[in-house]
Amino acid sequence: MLLRAENLSKRFGGVAAVQAVELAVESGTVHSIIGPNGAGKTTLLNLLCGIYEPDAGKIVFGEEDVTGYPPHEFASAGIGRTFQNLQIFFNMSVLENVMAGGWLHEACGLAAALLRPPGLARAERRARTEAGELLTFVGLERWAGSPSDGLPYGALKRLEIARALAARPKLLLLDEPAAGLNPTETREIDQLIRRIAERGITVVLVEHNMKLVMEVSQRVLVLDHGRKLAEGEPAAVSQDPQVIEAYLGVEAC
Amino acid sequence: MSRKGFAVLALVVALLPLALTNNYTYEVAIVVGLNAIVCVGLNLLIGYAGQISLGHAGFFGLGAYGSAILAARYGWPPFAALASAVAGVSFIAWVIGKPVLRLKGHYLAMATLGLGIIVAVVLATEDQITGGPDGMAVPPLGVASFVLQGEKLWYWIVGAVLLATVWLALNIIDSPHGRAWRALHGSEVAAGAIGIDPARHKLTAFVLSAASAALAGALTAHYSGFITPAKASFLHSIELVTMVVFGGMASTFGAVVGAAILTTLPQLLTALKEYEMVTLGAVMMLTMIFMPQGLVPTLEKALAAARRKPE
Repeated sequence: MLLRAENLSKRFGGVAAVQAVELAVESGTVHSIIGPNGAGKTTLLNLLCGIYEPDAGKIVFGEEDVTGYPPHEFASAGIGRTFQNLQIFFNMSVLENVMAGGWLHEACGLAAALLRPPGLARAERRARTEAGELLTFVGLERWAGSPSDGLPYGALKRLEIARALAARPKLLLLDEPAAGLNPTETREIDQLIRRIAERGITVVLVEHNMKLVMEVSQRVLVLDHGRKLAEGEPAAVSQDPQVIEAYLGVEAC
Repeated sequence: MSRKGFAVLALVVALLPLALTNNYTYEVAIVVGLNAIVCVGLNLLIGYAGQISLGHAGFFGLGAYGSAILAARYGWPPFAALASAVAGVSFIAWVIGKPVLRLKGHYLAMATLGLGIIVAVVLATEDQITGGPDGMAVPPLGVASFVLQGEKLWYWIVGAVLLATVWLALNIIDSPHGRAWRALHGSEVAAGAIGIDPARHKLTAFVLSAASAALAGALTAHYSGFITPAKASFLHSIELVTMVVFGGMASTFGAVVGAAILTTLPQLLTALKEYEMVTLGAVMMLTMIFMPQGLVPTLEKALAAARRKPE
């Protein structure tokens, strides 16, 4: 098991956003989290990357108990993420966004950063090349030198993914990567998620687009009102009468 | 861009003496250089890491008085006093920065403002050591009987220190540390998600900017031979921030240009007598209304657009 969340709970005042949720993500799979609006999907994702600290329960990543770590230590443990409401560094170019994503692997001393010895200059060239390769991987190579605020929405979504990949995560949390995209762009994201999984990166996907979820994931967790409603293989989950009533049935109408 | 910019700046520093005709113009140029050293450092904090400080004159004052007191009252060799003052102020900034930089936005502005005011009050009231509001005399820089004095010599000293500061700033901005700062400025939550520790990187920017302020402060003290608490005042803090914002945030050359214009403009406007301050205020307001990003970034963009057009 790459990631285990046990009895995870989070309250906001009187609202129990996530209640006693159990999650076990197996290495090398795409594991989706679905549920109606307000089901607690994004809250769960924020718990899994340290943005929120759980009120109860624990999170074990690999062999390491990461519960209560600050977000940057979740990242250095190997958990990366993208954001539903884009969190691009708009004060940097497209390439620099991805290079910033490589901080964990390029960190250098302050003295080296100030004096720029030849070793650092070489490391910078390598970082630049690697960032360029990641941009090619997500299909943004022609935008590399552009300022990031000039990109169309769909490209920004992929830029978030490239930046997260630059940190070389073992587990990547994708928060609604297809939200707001047209069918063509959604198909491209579908392809991209498969190619990420092929690289050996485990993916946890929060998504509304059922077609995408059913196509790419090996396991699906269904949340409703902060609780686990069902879990299993996509085909089995989509047949579950409780799920159909709570979620799929409503959407089909 | 940055390498070309550095060459231009070096050329300006090298050729400027041709236009400097007397001691007074040399003095203005030296003050420009000293302010620019502070602004280049402060810009790392404000422009790149996106954290405000309204108390940097405090660090300037601590550097000036620290070096002055060690040299004048304790008889330290001036160079040792200067180096120790800068190191000491950096340490103080590191200790204070840890709790203060947890604050954000207006709260951070208030906390740094308070910090600057405390330093100014302490310098003005501890008259046994600091000479109080009247200030204190500072021995000149030098080794044994060899003393660094005279406007022309100081022009080259300040010019060299400014170029060194700009070179170091350009290096760190274009390094993983600089990208981490800009990432924090762009989105703190996304910076955390790629493993950047916000507290650590805000602190490095804060300490480096305090060190450059302290260095400029200590140089000012030894250059002018006299120092008063006014240099640590709230008003001076605001002047420094204004120079950074006016020249252009997140632009090292913007910080230099901002310092140059806002230092020389009041000198040029003295011809207008009672309209001096009104004109200065109007120039600043109009610049910020029509160039909200600051002078240098706006001109850079306009230049880039003009270059694209003919093709």
